[in-house]
Amino acid sequence: MINLHPHRMALRQALRRLLGKPLGTLLSSLVVAIALTLPALGYVLIDNLSGLAHGMSGKPEISVFLHRNVAPTQLQAVETRLRADKRIAALRFVPRDLALKQLAARGGFADVTEVLGDNPLPDAFVLEPGSEDPELFKALATALTAMPEVEHVQLDSAWVERLHAMLQLARWSMLLLGALLGAALVIVTFNTIRLQILTQRHEIAVSLLLGVTRNYVRRPFLYFGLLQGLLGGLLAWGLVSGSLALLAPRLIALARSYNVVLDLHGADVLQIAALLIFAALLGWLGAGLSVRRHLHDRAAE
Amino acid sequence: MIRFERVTKRYPGGHEGLSDVSLEIRHGELLVLAGHSGAGKSTLIKLIAGLEKPTAGKVWVSGQDVDGLRPNQLPYLRRSLGLVMQEHRLLMDRTVFDNVMLPLLVTGYPPADAAKRVRVALEKVGLAQFERAMPVTLSGGEQQRAAIARAIVNRPSVLIADEPTAHLDPAYAREIAALFRSFHAAGVTILLATHDDTLFSPYGARRIELAKGKLLP
Repeated sequence: MINLHPHRMALRQALRRLLGKPLGTLLSSLVVAIALTLPALGYVLIDNLSGLAHGMSGKPEISVFLHRNVAPTQLQAVETRLRADKRIAALRFVPRDLALKQLAARGGFADVTEVLGDNPLPDAFVLEPGSEDPELFKALATALTAMPEVEHVQLDSAWVERLHAMLQLARWSMLLLGALLGAALVIVTFNTIRLQILTQRHEIAVSLLLGVTRNYVRRPFLYFGLLQGLLGGLLAWGLVSGSLALLAPRLIALARSYNVVLDLHGADVLQIAALLIFAALLGWLGAGLSVRRHLHDRAAE
Repeated sequence: MIRFERVTKRYPGGHEGLSDVSLEIRHGELLVLAGHSGAGKSTLIKLIAGLEKPTAGKVWVSGQDVDGLRPNQLPYLRRSLGLVMQEHRLLMDRTVFDNVMLPLLVTGYPPADAAKRVRVALEKVGLAQFERAMPVTLSGGEQQRAAIARAIVNRPSVLIADEPTAHLDPAYAREIAALFRSFHAAGVTILLATHDDTLFSPYGARRIELAKGKLLP
């Protein structure tokens, strides 16, 4: 059975040290919090935008524009061929009249369609490929282009894919930034613990002389690092929530100007848990490295 | 109980703290280790406690080769020894009671039992009335007695003291000497390093002397 008594003692000691110097604790935790806020906020914002991009079109689409002089019988034949193609999962016909109405319904184009004497738009098919494999996707597009009735094939999903790629890049950048700032946090905790060890070196030396194990000496420092990291994580969560509340109205207004409805949400439970665990582990790691570095010397005994 | 086999301790720079020392301290013995300052007394004690490593030779304590112990085994060796260092090493920000309690707390002793033991140890050294005092308010002799109480609270089988009467006036020094005599009478093995062995000669202690790191014949 695990003896929890030494852990309880170490935890109490760590709490005493934290609460004994409230201002120092707050400042150190704020350093941790500020360093964590930037990547955490970035991650939450990207998560929001990522959801938006998924909502727009998760699957790629292909628009197939026909020649304007295609006869109804030819049109029927094209539709039959497309429906028979196993590579196509879904198919939607957009007649040229409907396309013109849709164009007129969009802000800014009503006047343009009124001055046009004739409908310049062609009939079109919007189809969804059965596979998202880029090679098959390209092969299908090439086959469609080769059809004599087809004038132009447009891959409608390209910009969404680019947005996905940019968001993916931004997400990785935030993770990288998080890792770099995480390293900074380890250094901050390392130094805090180093100073503590220096101020308590007499007590540590006496304790080691009396037969204290190294684990006993290490534990309060490790718990201190863990608690300080956790506190920093909690503050970071607060800062992220506050920043989101501040930014939300401005972002929503910006999105609206692009005819996009943006519904910003804060960090979810998993993200909060990950932030807190990450912060606590960094504190623990910094403390562990510091204790390992400064208690390894035999002369310190 | 404690055995030195041709032990040499050489410090960086070439100074020899101990030079080819062999000796044996038997169970229940009262041994006075005499010698001037710098003779090697503190080095010998540090080697017993595993605070220093011998350059050559072996130090055995209760059948264990001290140098062969792993770092995680050393604390258990030290718990079996009662150490009183030259500078008493009390924690000045804690009461006398808490200082004496320290060896019991760090070994996971139940707090209620530990408190009883602390009071018994303080009684033995005559500091029962000072348990709530801070060490800085005590005289040099009282501080030394507090350090002795801390060394005996674990009821060690060996009590080792490095210059326990140094810097004390004669009256306090005699008090401390009598205290060690009483522990010896109770069956504790005692090693006292001192430059003033006359204090202990009335108690029939065996005497050995170090000079420049060598054991004198």
